[in-house]
Amino acid sequence: MFEHDVKYLKFKTYLNTYCPHCRNTFNYERKEEKYLVFKAKYKEQDIDLKLSPYLDVFDIDSTIPIIEGDILEDLICPKCKNSLIVTNLVCGECASPVAEVIITAFSKLIPYYFCLKHGCEWHGLKKADENKIKLKIPRQEMPEQDQKLRVTNHTEVPYGYTSELAHLEAGRCLQCKTPKCVDGCPVNIDIPNFIRLITEEKLDDAAKKIKERNVLPAICGRVCPQESQCEKLCILGTRDKPVAIGHLERFLADYERKMGLVKIPVIKTKLNKKIAVVGSGPAGLTVAADLQQLGYQVTIFEALHEPGGVLVYGIPEFRLPKSIVSFEIEYLKEMGVRVELNHIIGKTITVDELLQHFSAVFIGVGAGLPVFMNLEGENLGNIFSSNEYLTRMNLMKAYKFPEYDTPKPKGNKIVVIGGGNVAMDSARTALRTGSSDVTIVYRRSRQELPARHEEIRHAGEEGIKFMLLTNPVRFLGTDQNMVKGMECIRMKLGEPDASGRRRPIPIEGSNFILDCDMVVVAVGTSSNPVLFQTTPDINRNKWGYVEVNPETNETSKEFVYAGGDIVTGSATVIEAMGAGRIAANAINKKLSAV
Amino acid sequence: MFQITRKQEMAKGSIIRFDVSAPKIAAKAKAGQFVIIRVNETGERIPMTIADKDEFSGIITIIFQVVGKTTALMRSLKAGELIRDIVGPLGKPAEVENLGTVIMVGGGTGVAILHHVAKAFKEAGNYVIGIIGSKEKDLLILENEMTAICDELVVTTDDGSWGVRGFVTQPLEKYLSERYDIKLVYAIGPIVMMKNICKLTSKYNVKTMVSLNPVMIDGTGMCGGCRVTVDNKTQFCCVDGPDFDGKLVDFDELEKRNNMYLKDEKDSLLFSIR
Repeated sequence: MFEHDVKYLKFKTYLNTYCPHCRNTFNYERKEEKYLVFKAKYKEQDIDLKLSPYLDVFDIDSTIPIIEGDILEDLICPKCKNSLIVTNLVCGECASPVAEVIITAFSKLIPYYFCLKHGCEWHGLKKADENKIKLKIPRQEMPEQDQKLRVTNHTEVPYGYTSELAHLEAGRCLQCKTPKCVDGCPVNIDIPNFIRLITEEKLDDAAKKIKERNVLPAICGRVCPQESQCEKLCILGTRDKPVAIGHLERFLADYERKMGLVKIPVIKTKLNKKIAVVGSGPAGLTVAADLQQLGYQVTIFEALHEPGGVLVYGIPEFRLPKSIVSFEIEYLKEMGVRVELNHIIGKTITVDELLQHFSAVFIGVGAGLPVFMNLEGENLGNIFSSNEYLTRMNLMKAYKFPEYDTPKPKGNKIVVIGGGNVAMDSARTALRTGSSDVTIVYRRSRQELPARHEEIRHAGEEGIKFMLLTNPVRFLGTDQNMVKGMECIRMKLGEPDASGRRRPIPIEGSNFILDCDMVVVAVGTSSNPVLFQTTPDINRNKWGYVEVNPETNETSKEFVYAGGDIVTGSATVIEAMGAGRIAANAINKKLSAV
Repeated sequence: MFQITRKQEMAKGSIIRFDVSAPKIAAKAKAGQFVIIRVNETGERIPMTIADKDEFSGIITIIFQVVGKTTALMRSLKAGELIRDIVGPLGKPAEVENLGTVIMVGGGTGVAILHHVAKAFKEAGNYVIGIIGSKEKDLLILENEMTAICDELVVTTDDGSWGVRGFVTQPLEKYLSERYDIKLVYAIGPIVMMKNICKLTSKYNVKTMVSLNPVMIDGTGMCGGCRVTVDNKTQFCCVDGPDFDGKLVDFDELEKRNNMYLKDEKDSLLFSIR
């Protein structure tokens, strides 16, 4: 249990109170008290009436002493001087006189009555209207590991919801008739329904509801950028904060797993058709799960010695525990999916050879080639690509060196170049492995940082410094060829470029030297050509990404499909899964017709 | 899991030869390519050039010098035991074609890889001159195999205990100054050796290919740890190499990059001894 009582008493809302006669607004928010306060006149004096977070109690804050049980008899609007007291209505609890104000919720004006007897909690809201003011419960944030403690370990930062918190958060959902959140989800999870099932305490069913569309909810609940997908479109977000859909998804997946409720689906029909999936990242796992469920025999080929792709080599333990990834992969294996490790398609086996044994091939190899900036001194010692740094730390467990054999890159003053999630991951990993001085250098401003808000907040809390509007120019080395500094130039923002973001322009003569003894370059990735060197008949665009038919995700080579970062360039886990789903459907359709 | 079918100690036990059953890799491997090996769960991923292969029995051969923790661990393995992960074949194969006369130079453990490439050049119809060297007689490997492959073979040792006394560069210079029909020098061995060979061949303007062995993790182009500067451009040794035009390689940078983890290597060894 966590001390969450205080959290939902926070009053952060845009509710308004109006005079029912002149429609002038009464209220002003007194932030320090977290109450909504509105002005009225009582016995010719201005008083402040306080509405509590639940809008069901009122309190008076004025110089006039009023004691419990007193009845306010002449409450008037300070602007139009009309009485707020309603003559044809009395309190349903104590039959005292009643005053009326108008409140707004979701751009609707709702009459709100309250008993004038001080201390009486009656209000005349209808049940339907009460529901409309769900704004009163603020978005519930997950309890998190203390910021000083968490940099000393690799354990996940948020603890996740308790069932109380999940219930509370689920209660905020308005259950829209035409939910927009579903459109924001690349795999179209039935979001309102799974949230409704939480409010009905049917957690098992709720978890199953997600699994209908998303095979990896524990992963997506953790690493999806919900703020730019489902939660971005949540109607609550226009006035308040959106429903924490991602937190709820994570809660349900964890609940299902921890309670041992995960059941291996029974595969009804066994088709005598084999599918090869290249790459065991999110796109590949989705294709495998979908097609295996339909009765195909799926084999996943993975180049590394562990399955999971970016989920195991890229995303650190404190953001996505590896036990969760391996649980999901075990689940697929129990469904009958075969996983072949240490197979580099294009080298060990070619795509053409796969096609001799498999009816279709799905390529989900990701965009794995690190991008460097081609600056002077970039090949100095202790300058790593984020891929190398994170692969060493996550996949090879270098943070346990020398228990594990892979050496741990180390430095006292570390610079991470880039502003995406990978940069945040690298910086936060560095902080957890013995470096106290970590700086993120990014060429645009804070607004343009492409990382998830949560990651930026976590990084800041943990003490990572941000050096924004700064770009490296060259690296300086010691005579041992190790990096000792980075020459930077200050930037300013110019006109928006093709991506809509304001283009950073160097400020002439603003160069300066930033001392550092380790650098992680996290400026992006591009496509890896290894697979395609032996398969020239798969068309690729000028950046090396695979060209597909967007409706089927089929490539220029028949029976070969592709999806995820190898088609789109670096994107998100769930988008890769969405692409996998399209391909799985298309493969099934095509092979059923054959 | 990959089974070691045969183990042979060479050069007083400082160089080990493993035959490993890896049929899929053996079927594809070409001279000059390498594999990535991870011995056990806590092991690191290290690149090892394929020294030979037999696609019929599904065997690949790796020959390595015991230099650090992982290679010491591998020496402790016996025939019949298992290696956890082997992936490959990686890298571009050596560009083998019939050029006429070629010189194959190998130093130390480099001879292990050299003999696979030399075999390929011989099979392609070249007149193959071999120059192999080591510190002393007992550390020389694969002399018989090289004798069988090469049309001419010169052996050098630093201390003169076998063959010609001195470095491989001396007989190489002799050949380069006497013969004008040498189309290619292929060199593999310690970085300093390859560097000196390239200096020499530049003088005689003979094309020189070298096979590099930088620090790697995945070996598939993913990490960029193996980057080398060739012709002032950054190349990934694992996907763009491991063979490069030696005259364009920045050997000094490579040497320093390879020394980056010397202290860690020592710590790792000390830890395993404790």
